[in-house]
Amino acid sequence: MEPIIVHEGNTAVLPRVNVDTDQIIPKQFLKRVERTGFGQFLFFDWRFLADGTPDPSFELNKPEAEEASVLLADHNFGCGSSREHAPWALQDYGFRVIIAPSFADIFYNNCFKNGILTIRLPEKQVYELMDNGKEEYYKLKVDLEHQTIQDSKGFEAGFEIDPYWKEMLLKGWDEISLTLQYADHIDAYEKQRGI
Amino acid sequence: MQPKTIIEKIWDTHAVMSEKGKPNLMFIDLHMVHEVTSPQAFEGLRLAGRKVRRPDLTFATMDHNVPTQNRMSITDSIAKKQMETLANNCEEFGIDIADLNSPNNGIVHIIGPQMGLTQPGKTIVCGDSHTSTHGAFGALAFGIGTSEVEHVLATQTIWQSKPKTMEVRVNGRLNPGATAKDIILSIIAKHGVDFGTGHVLEFTGEAIRGLTMEERMTICNMSIEAGAKAGLISPDQVTIDYLKGREKVPDGEAFEKLAQEWRDTASDEGAVYDAVVEMDSEEIEPMVTWGTNPSQGIGIHKQIPDPANAESDHDRRAIQQSLDYMDLKPGMKMTEVEIQHVFIGSCTNSRISDLRAAAKIAEGRKVADGVRALVVPGSQAVKMQAESEGLDKVFLEAGFEWRESGCSMCLSMNPDFVPEGERCASTSNRNFEGRQGKGARTHLVSPAMAAAAAVAGRFVDIRDLKKPSLQ
Repeated sequence: MEPIIVHEGNTAVLPRVNVDTDQIIPKQFLKRVERTGFGQFLFFDWRFLADGTPDPSFELNKPEAEEASVLLADHNFGCGSSREHAPWALQDYGFRVIIAPSFADIFYNNCFKNGILTIRLPEKQVYELMDNGKEEYYKLKVDLEHQTIQDSKGFEAGFEIDPYWKEMLLKGWDEISLTLQYADHIDAYEKQRGI
Repeated sequence: MQPKTIIEKIWDTHAVMSEKGKPNLMFIDLHMVHEVTSPQAFEGLRLAGRKVRRPDLTFATMDHNVPTQNRMSITDSIAKKQMETLANNCEEFGIDIADLNSPNNGIVHIIGPQMGLTQPGKTIVCGDSHTSTHGAFGALAFGIGTSEVEHVLATQTIWQSKPKTMEVRVNGRLNPGATAKDIILSIIAKHGVDFGTGHVLEFTGEAIRGLTMEERMTICNMSIEAGAKAGLISPDQVTIDYLKGREKVPDGEAFEKLAQEWRDTASDEGAVYDAVVEMDSEEIEPMVTWGTNPSQGIGIHKQIPDPANAESDHDRRAIQQSLDYMDLKPGMKMTEVEIQHVFIGSCTNSRISDLRAAAKIAEGRKVADGVRALVVPGSQAVKMQAESEGLDKVFLEAGFEWRESGCSMCLSMNPDFVPEGERCASTSNRNFEGRQGKGARTHLVSPAMAAAAAVAGRFVDIRDLKKPSLQ
């Protein structure tokens, strides 16, 4: 996993509540057996018109969202299916940070496993950032080490993150290798329960 | 001793490591695997030269992609490859699989309980959000992503932060016509589509105790639609009776010992939860969803809400967005809404009791003109049971299609789907945009309500239908 320490990038604003993983990556793209190449299908049914051309009214297709790597989303982002294809698609498209007032649990975990930093901020702050990013190219700087978000106009906010996930992201660790260091604990547990 | 909830009991007995300030390393008793969310996990193992730690605690099936007609000749080459990949991975890593030839084949959340793999007190994971279904047995069961699937395959453990606990108490006794599906749709409609986020729900109360195991599975299945980590019900005699004699459940003395352990797993009297929500059964009537998330449901005779009356700006936007997609107007009643498709199936409602409830309505009636109605049993065993009871004939005579088992039109990864702009009365769990096909409009209902919609061509109150065979 690619570590994330400080990330600076353009924002895309998606002011829709309860965006489910079926929208993030529709089911017709779940049949692939690879982990890569899902970015082209991200938000497919919203992003493209029936003739396959980009829908200009969709938020990610707007000029100010060009090359965005920070997604500003609304409540309960990533609800529904556990499909990890959703963070794979977001990451492959270019997103490294997602900021929202709330996330669905499974999606939130899935993001960390793929080097995407998900940040919960109070609704008021998210909406302030969305207002800033709606009309123009709007960059944010996210510092994971110091847990801060800044823009060039003087916005600054701190955020909370589980220290475990913070370390995993900062170091870009492979979680399985980490767990396998505790293999003797797992052996002992199995023995004690007789399973 | 301090009284404990079932959630705390299972948590405490499964923590391999618990260091302060870190998630706990939890042991997993049962890992269920299917074709869609596992190929990248097995590939990860191969690339790193790792083995599956406990193939004996892992069980695989094919369900999401499986066609419900001509299931042995799959024309979708990508779907076929995904299923073959699972079969090859299971062979390479030594995992039991219920493939399309197996009598145990079916939807992962149907076959776990059916085979007796699902048992009280277990930790159960699967790369599928509806893993919460298994919570009906008093297991701590939740959906995981593919990276976590790989982690569980390699280590039989998972890192988890301790979730909060929430009691969802359903008081009183159900009204006639109201089913388990209506209970869970009512709870989500009342408390919201994300009220369970960060929590494990325990369903309690008189109405829950009175439910069969199959009905309890319907309730726990949709815990995820409230955003919950998991949902469960403390085991009781109903649970024990259901499991007795199943393939993977021991018998004789070993069973009695196990049954006692299961009883001890139940929440203690006086256990304290982080939060409590309540629902009165008298409030629950047959439900239909009108919107694009499972909380957007109403009683059959209620009016579709007006976004102008929404409590917050984001609620207003959510209602408007749903009405636009569903092509419905505020103030309409669901009984005015005509449907073109009916889907009776999915891990929410495809068990034998669901099919019996639908067949009871279908018997002696005909599917309305212009309606296509599919009945898709949850597993091959459910299908065989239904056929032995003659339910297939009841459905076929009424004009329903009788199919092979699988996830089918719940998410339409196989060839079954709803065309753009058309409506479906569906016994599944998600009415998301495009879930049953691009531009398809899904209305979630109970099996009896779905069958009634099939014969009427629109939504009707099952309490208004007189049973012809009883006249």
